[in-house]
Amino acid sequence: MSEDNQGDLWEVFIQPKPGRPHKHAGSLHAYDKEMAMKSARDLYTRRQEGVGIWIVKAEEIISSQPDDSESFFDPANDKIYRHPTFYKLPEGAKHI
Amino acid sequence: MEDAKKLEEFQAKIDADIKIEPKDWMPEKYRQNLVRQISQHAHSEIIGMQPEGNWLTRAPSLRSKKILMAKIQDEAGHGLYLYCAAETLGVSREQFLKWLHEGAAKYSSVFNYPTLTWADIGAIGWLVDGAAIVNQVSLQGTSYGPYSRAMVKICKEESFHQRQGYEIIADLSKGTEEQKQMAQDALNRWWWPSIMMFGPHDGDSAHSNQSLKWKIKRESNDELRQRYVDKTIHQGEILGLTFPDENLKLNEQTGHYDISPIDWDEFWNVVKGNGPGNRIRLAHHIKAHDDGAWVREAAIAYRNKMNAKSKIA
Repeated sequence: MSEDNQGDLWEVFIQPKPGRPHKHAGSLHAYDKEMAMKSARDLYTRRQEGVGIWIVKAEEIISSQPDDSESFFDPANDKIYRHPTFYKLPEGAKHI
Repeated sequence: MEDAKKLEEFQAKIDADIKIEPKDWMPEKYRQNLVRQISQHAHSEIIGMQPEGNWLTRAPSLRSKKILMAKIQDEAGHGLYLYCAAETLGVSREQFLKWLHEGAAKYSSVFNYPTLTWADIGAIGWLVDGAAIVNQVSLQGTSYGPYSRAMVKICKEESFHQRQGYEIIADLSKGTEEQKQMAQDALNRWWWPSIMMFGPHDGDSAHSNQSLKWKIKRESNDELRQRYVDKTIHQGEILGLTFPDENLKLNEQTGHYDISPIDWDEFWNVVKGNGPGNRIRLAHHIKAHDDGAWVREAAIAYRNKMNAKSKIA
């Protein structure tokens, strides 16, 4: 018998309701796109969890590296003026 | 020296309840411990489909057949969530199945007991899933992110399982004398195996201390076992059923139920492969896997053909 092959790893994103963003639900194994889509439906929406599914091959995902995360994200550290709470408002100003 | 510092940082994260993610640094022992525990958990979900599948064609009504089918489908789903969580630790699905088939990986011993009557399907849902839920609710707080997320999903789905089992037992216990006897007999046979599901006592558990320190487990075997016993006794009593333990008694001082000593010889005997169903369960899984080899080969051939086609076009 040939070597066991359980197929490729895919990541599944579910849109819970119209208008909401797709959110990572989990992973699955499948041999092609159609099988991945049917398995995602059976595996992650058995209880009406979604109205939409995105699937992407796990190997296609580009991810930041935890080891570099401090220096990678630090450009945002000294820019607190990007938050509305940074600003001083005159006494009595409303609706701003 | 580097490792000592990393280890210290790792423990600090654990202590601060920050989840560990697949690409984060982790001690090799932590990784191994998780590989063992999550894959054992996944195998249990999959092997656990067998004793229930035994009754699919003989469920007493269309309603109960549909429900049992849905439950078994859930178990398959839970197994798959868990395999994917385990794979994030760098071990392939193929390898996990190989370890199972070689006997190197374990699954919960409780599934090595046979389902002799329809009441056993009730007892599995009520007691076996009931015990599993106590464990899984606690594991939602495990320190490894993918495992924790799988547990949250599983817990949401699992509570219907316990209710469907309890409903079967409740219906039988309100039925004819023979049906009531059937419910009692199932309780008699499944009570102790369900108690043993929590594993050895805290002092005798090989992996417990380190697992608690690393928050792989959040509560000890004995704490979880006691919680299961305390919540289950009442559920049996209101159905007029009795538990097969003459020493079972509410301890006024502790507020918990005391039980008889656990028969660990029986436990280890089944863990080591000598339970009533060990050989059948594993042989069945291997056969299903081998029989399905042509499907996997065909699926790969089809994918390769479609890939080649899309390149030409």
